Amino acid sequence: MYGSGIIKGLGVTLKHFVATYIEDLRYVLKGGRYTDQAMPVRQGPRARGVFTVQYPEERLPVPENFRYIPFLVFDTQKNEDKCTSCGICAKVCPPQCIWIVRTNDPKTNRPVPQPAEFYIDATVCMSCGLCAEFCPFDAIKMDHDYELSSFERFNNLVFDKARLTKPDTYHAQIHPTDWAREQAEIAEKAAKDAEKAAAAAAKKAAAAKPADAPKPADAPKPAA
Amino acid sequence: MAGKVAAPVAELTGPLAVLKEKFSEALSPGEFEGAVIKNENLVEVAKFMRDDLGYDYLSSVTGVDYPAANEVEVVYHAYSARHGLHNGKPLVFKARAPRDNSVVPSLVSVWPGADFQEREAWDLMGIKFEGHPNLRRILMWEGFAGHPLRKDWHEAYFEQDNKPFDSRWPGGHHTRAEDRVPLADNVAFPPGFDPTDFNSQAETTLVERARSVDVSELGQLVSSDGNGSGSGNGHIADAIQTDHLIVNLGPQHPSTHGVFRMVITLEGETILKLEPVMGYLHRNHEKIGERNTFIQNMPFTDRLDYIASMSNNLGYALAVEKLMKVTPPERAEYIRILMVELTRICNHMWAIGFLLNDLGAFFTPALYAIEERELVLDLFEAASGSRMMCNYMRFGGVARDLPEGWIEKCRDLVFNRLPKATDDLDHFLSENEIIRARCEGVGNLTAEQAVAYSAAGPLLRASGVPYDVRRAEPYSIYDRFDFDVAVRYHGDVYDRYLIRLDEIRQSIRILQQALDQMPGGGEIQAGKKQYQTRVPAGQAYGRVDGPKGELGFYVVSDGNPNPYRYHIRAPSFINLTALGEMCKGQKIADVVIILGSIDIVLGETDR
Ligand code: SF4
Ligand code: SF4
Repeated sequence: MYGSGIIKGLGVTLKHFVATYIEDLRYVLKGGRYTDQAMPVRQGPRARGVFTVQYPEERLPVPENFRYIPFLVFDTQKNEDKCTSCGICAKVCPPQCIWIVRTNDPKTNRPVPQPAEFYIDATVCMSCGLCAEFCPFDAIKMDHDYELSSFERFNNLVFDKARLTKPDTYHAQIHPTDWAREQAEIAEKAAKDAEKAAAAAAKKAAAAKPADAPKPADAPKPAA
Repeated sequence: MAGKVAAPVAELTGPLAVLKEKFSEALSPGEFEGAVIKNENLVEVAKFMRDDLGYDYLSSVTGVDYPAANEVEVVYHAYSARHGLHNGKPLVFKARAPRDNSVVPSLVSVWPGADFQEREAWDLMGIKFEGHPNLRRILMWEGFAGHPLRKDWHEAYFEQDNKPFDSRWPGGHHTRAEDRVPLADNVAFPPGFDPTDFNSQAETTLVERARSVDVSELGQLVSSDGNGSGSGNGHIADAIQTDHLIVNLGPQHPSTHGVFRMVITLEGETILKLEPVMGYLHRNHEKIGERNTFIQNMPFTDRLDYIASMSNNLGYALAVEKLMKVTPPERAEYIRILMVELTRICNHMWAIGFLLNDLGAFFTPALYAIEERELVLDLFEAASGSRMMCNYMRFGGVARDLPEGWIEKCRDLVFNRLPKATDDLDHFLSENEIIRARCEGVGNLTAEQAVAYSAAGPLLRASGVPYDVRRAEPYSIYDRFDFDVAVRYHGDVYDRYLIRLDEIRQSIRILQQALDQMPGGGEIQAGKKQYQTRVPAGQAYGRVDGPKGELGFYVVSDGNPNPYRYHIRAPSFINLTALGEMCKGQKIADVVIILGSIDIVLGETDR
């Protein structure tokens, strides 16, 4: 029959239209359709009616793995940057948008594991996440903040160290799983170190001659 | 030969031995699995390969520059598509020419699918293909000096031959590339070219080509579709003393799915000739890729076909894994399959939705069709961190394991939602009289033509050639799954629509099996993940059956941290070779849906 395709199609739209209002009513008792609980359901496999989310008034939560321009983690307990300016992130970065100036000890002129300057050119960064993936010190992580528009398109978007640095509490909050893994690794390492130290002490006592305390091979911060 | 990839010289075996016997002197073994063929015999040998050995499908043609040996090389990969011979293995052969006089005979007369690829090799690598009917630049414009994939060519903001750049660490004070190399100092023009005052030679040639239609074909074209010229010989333009109309469609045209242009010669409303013009989105992906380290290319592959980044990731990973000789652990293999098959579903739903757009049903059906895609992208985002630029695969594995709850969500989608969504699409669209009236019998491509033009993917299979890389030369773990290679036989727009539905259903089958078989845990990366991958010297061609067709990565490594050559066989690009043929004799109004039915993405076409 001619026209049946059109009628079928309009039927789909009508169904969605009506379902939207029915859904609205269902959510009245649960505090409305626009709560954080409702949002993933509204745009999820069980969604009925309108599927879209009215950004920016409403927004979907981002998953933990979500990656946007990176930030540097600041260790609030030790009160220092976690970054050792090893340069791996700058080397792996595909568009080469990370610039790092390594700190040199003014007296000895030897490198110190602290970045003096750290830039990420956000206009170039492709948010690929490779820097965070390959940093051996968990010092750089991908952010969840995707609203970075600015009225000035040059200097405002070259992020310097101050702008990039965020406390580890923020990291723990947005990446709970990753944070838990880090804490577990730290704890494991501390236990191992303690064990090693104990073994060394025992050995020392047994041999009764001086031996150097074992140095952890990959300590994040050798004392500068 | 310094700078040359040296590997043990292979003996000529199998089909190569047959060739050697027949052409003896013309063939010599190379330091790769294939043969080098003398230029003067190339066409003859190629004909023999096609007709007697069954290599009817020329998958990839590309060039490699070896300044140290003062040589350029053309690499061909041919397969047997209609005959399905040789276990799906390629016949790799090469032609060589000196750098300063790089002329190689064209194989367009043997495999018309070489057309755009040879033009690309000329454009980017400066290899002249003697006997090519239309050897002009295809991606660059006429004011471009040089051939960018030559090793001695430097881009506008050239900093250093290879990444990582020394200026980034340890004394990395931020500078902007534009400040370092000021604008106007960074561009070169060909000799005698004045950018402020020039008459475009390229445009003149385009118009001339559009004007010069083969009059002998006209009668057939115009009367064959009942255009009603009445006179029988069909040359209306003569009868009413008018000229052919040349219509320029694009590059800025919503129907072209990006920036793509077609120059169309019309007789009345009937298309006599159509020439695609592209390159507006060209960014020299391959040159960027050769400056990058191996791992750095991974996120760049996302930007090729940005609807299907997971498939691109897989193709590249497979090519490099061939060189590294690593295989990912079980769990990673399954994760990869899940990802690429979900990608195929998204892509086809997108393609179907936007075909309706092209038919004039503006956006309402398209938005319904891509609802499922939204949910699949949620899964991608949860696993990889990004909805479209997934950057998820690594050499020998995947970037990270699936987060908690992912599998359950995926199961829900694959078992409960996607089958129904596909049936819905089918139910609402397949019998729709407008779709049938506009799509059936439009944009025909026969099986012979499809194979000859190196068409791939749904375009090839809708023309009655059941050729699917997943079956012909199974990669990853596709040999474990029970699925059918979708095939349709009319080769028109309607069949290209139907085949996408078929493929979605097959993908769902694969996904269901993969979810059932998948190990619950385990490694996701073979070996230690390194930020600078060591890739042994050699060359590899990794290909996957992406949603758009056969996506191939040809990678040459010389043992350095950067690929020596990195080439992409882009299905969107090569499928367009057949566009002119498909549009001949069709109505101008149908151009848009014929193009839509190929399903191109300009990010991949232009690279
Ligand atoms: S890889 Fe990590 S520790 Fe090394 S420089 Fe980058 S952020 Fe700092
Ligand atoms: S996210 Fe990618 S592009 Fe951005 S700074 Fe990190 S490595 Fe570079």
